[in-house]
Amino acid sequence: MDKFRMIFQFLQSNQESFMNGICGIMALASAQMYSAFDFNCPCLPRYNLVYGLGILLVPPFILFLLGFVLNNNISMLAEEWRRPRGQRGKDPAVLRYMFCSMAQRAMIAPAVWVSVTLLDGKCITCAFCTSVPVETLGNASHPGLSQGEMKRVLARIPCKEIYDGQELIANEVAIRYLRCISQALGWCFVLLMTTLAFLVRSLRPCFTQAAFLKSRYWSHYIDIERKLFDETCAEHARSFAKVCIQQFFEGMSTDLAATRCHSPRKAPADAGEATEKLLGITDQSTMNTVLKSWHRCKPPLHLHQPTLPSSNGWAGEGQPPAHPSTPRRETVAYYSRV
Amino acid sequence: MDRFRMIFQYFQSNSESVMNGICGLLALASVKIYSCFDFSCPCLPRYNMAYGLGIMFIPPVTLFLCGLILNRQSLVMLEEWRRPQGCRKKDLAVMRYMCSSIMQRAMVAPVVWIIVTLLDGKCLICAFSGSVDPETFVGFANTSPLQVQQLLAKVPCKDDELMRNNTSRKAVTRYLRCWSQALGWSILLILIVAVFLARWLRPCFNQATLLQARHWSNYIDIEQKIFEETCCEHSRLFAHKCILHFFKSIREEIKMHSFNLPREEERAEGEEDLLRGIADQDQVNKLLKMWYYEKPPLDVS
Repeated sequence: MDKFRMIFQFLQSNQESFMNGICGIMALASAQMYSAFDFNCPCLPRYNLVYGLGILLVPPFILFLLGFVLNNNISMLAEEWRRPRGQRGKDPAVLRYMFCSMAQRAMIAPAVWVSVTLLDGKCITCAFCTSVPVETLGNASHPGLSQGEMKRVLARIPCKEIYDGQELIANEVAIRYLRCISQALGWCFVLLMTTLAFLVRSLRPCFTQAAFLKSRYWSHYIDIERKLFDETCAEHARSFAKVCIQQFFEGMSTDLAATRCHSPRKAPADAGEATEKLLGITDQSTMNTVLKSWHRCKPPLHLHQPTLPSSNGWAGEGQPPAHPSTPRRETVAYYSRV
Repeated sequence: MDRFRMIFQYFQSNSESVMNGICGLLALASVKIYSCFDFSCPCLPRYNMAYGLGIMFIPPVTLFLCGLILNRQSLVMLEEWRRPQGCRKKDLAVMRYMCSSIMQRAMVAPVVWIIVTLLDGKCLICAFSGSVDPETFVGFANTSPLQVQQLLAKVPCKDDELMRNNTSRKAVTRYLRCWSQALGWSILLILIVAVFLARWLRPCFNQATLLQARHWSNYIDIEQKIFEETCCEHSRLFAHKCILHFFKSIREEIKMHSFNLPREEERAEGEEDLLRGIADQDQVNKLLKMWYYEKPPLDVS
């Protein structure tokens, strides 16, 4: 557990590290997924090719898309791309930089899948077993087999238990041949990818260093600005809510006090913080009324100045009137049944 | 756990250490990849040599390129090499020093791969089984040349039906493995002696220049890191100011458009600062809309 926490802390130390961490995790996940996957070649003439190439090419495509989905910066890129120009110009170089850096990271897991698949050899063996050169590796002159029949026999090469063409071409010979081709392709693919990565990384300082520094700075700036704006809005929302609720309690307290025909009790100056925090609500029935009112009639999203407690009991709803109205008198009418 | 953490912290203490750490990890990865790799010789006359030598030499090239890519200093060196002269002279000795230190570190993983391959022997057996002299081995002495080539090519595959109980196959395998291991140990010995001599004799030549080159290469690396950190901090402050300006400008705009708003009273200090004058739902909505439709200009003067 400690080891994970330490690695996690190291990776979170800065944004680049974090993204590289996600990248590495996806690459490991890709290798692990391949080893956990139970490859089952169908051993039928046309299905082999589809299955083999499907397993070779479809998961990398999915991993590539997943690499984009898991990247937090994709929404930032989309936002920056689609926003109206307004007072701030848009720099296509920055957008290109952001897209390229995301695409590069998303390419790693698919490349790992394709490499591991090719180096393992099962996919290519399954897909191309019907194309084995029987003339050079086996006895092409084996009698009595039409083209279709031969293809059917060759298609069973990956399934050793049901292979019945030992006289045509030995099973081990064919599998060794196909696996050798597959591994050669795999290492060539790895070499190609590594060379491309090396060229991309080393040609940049030779040509576009100044533009690169600019793009990097502004793309980082956009990311930070978005985060800071979210933080500022969250702070603002917190204060807004605090003041709104405070005003609600004060309003309710003044309201209820006015209903009982006496002015709200002001906490004496030396009563202490706790009494102040009670905001004038000091008994069970008042609290119950407050809670009921919070549910039935939430205050509007409009903060106003703290009003002086007046006997008109107005405070708490909407704009205070410019001229306070005449004090309301509560009258109770009794109807006698006499 | 503590030991792991200590090792980790030691390696992060300076960039030389980090590079040595990466170098070591790559060497370990190289051994691990070799042991995980399922070597299967094709056992066919011309394919054997291509496969065997390919497995021996292509992965080292890949590991070398990886070593260059993962080393941050290679980028620093390239930038230093390609930058315009400007007000700061370029020192060739520093660049030579950086280049040689990068190359040395990048060479470790490929050399480890080649040595492990040779000491294991499978690659050489696969590549050169067809090149041994058939006359020296009893089982292959009296066969036609074409057949002998086919047979020799099948030597690396123990489970092949022709080779299963062939004693000469074992003889050829042992012979080739012996050569392979001898070659592996010789290369290892030569390399260690060369490194030993280089380190031992280095102080005899140009020690002062070396110290200078090492100091300035370290300096360039640190300077770049600090520049990046300063840019990050600057962009954070810039963003903070920009957002504050934005809030203020929205507040001003709202004030201008609503003349009959009552004068704002003093609230508690903390709350006033945080609310920044935006105090109802419409104002907040307007602020958020303006943030999307009209981001403020990048100017906080």
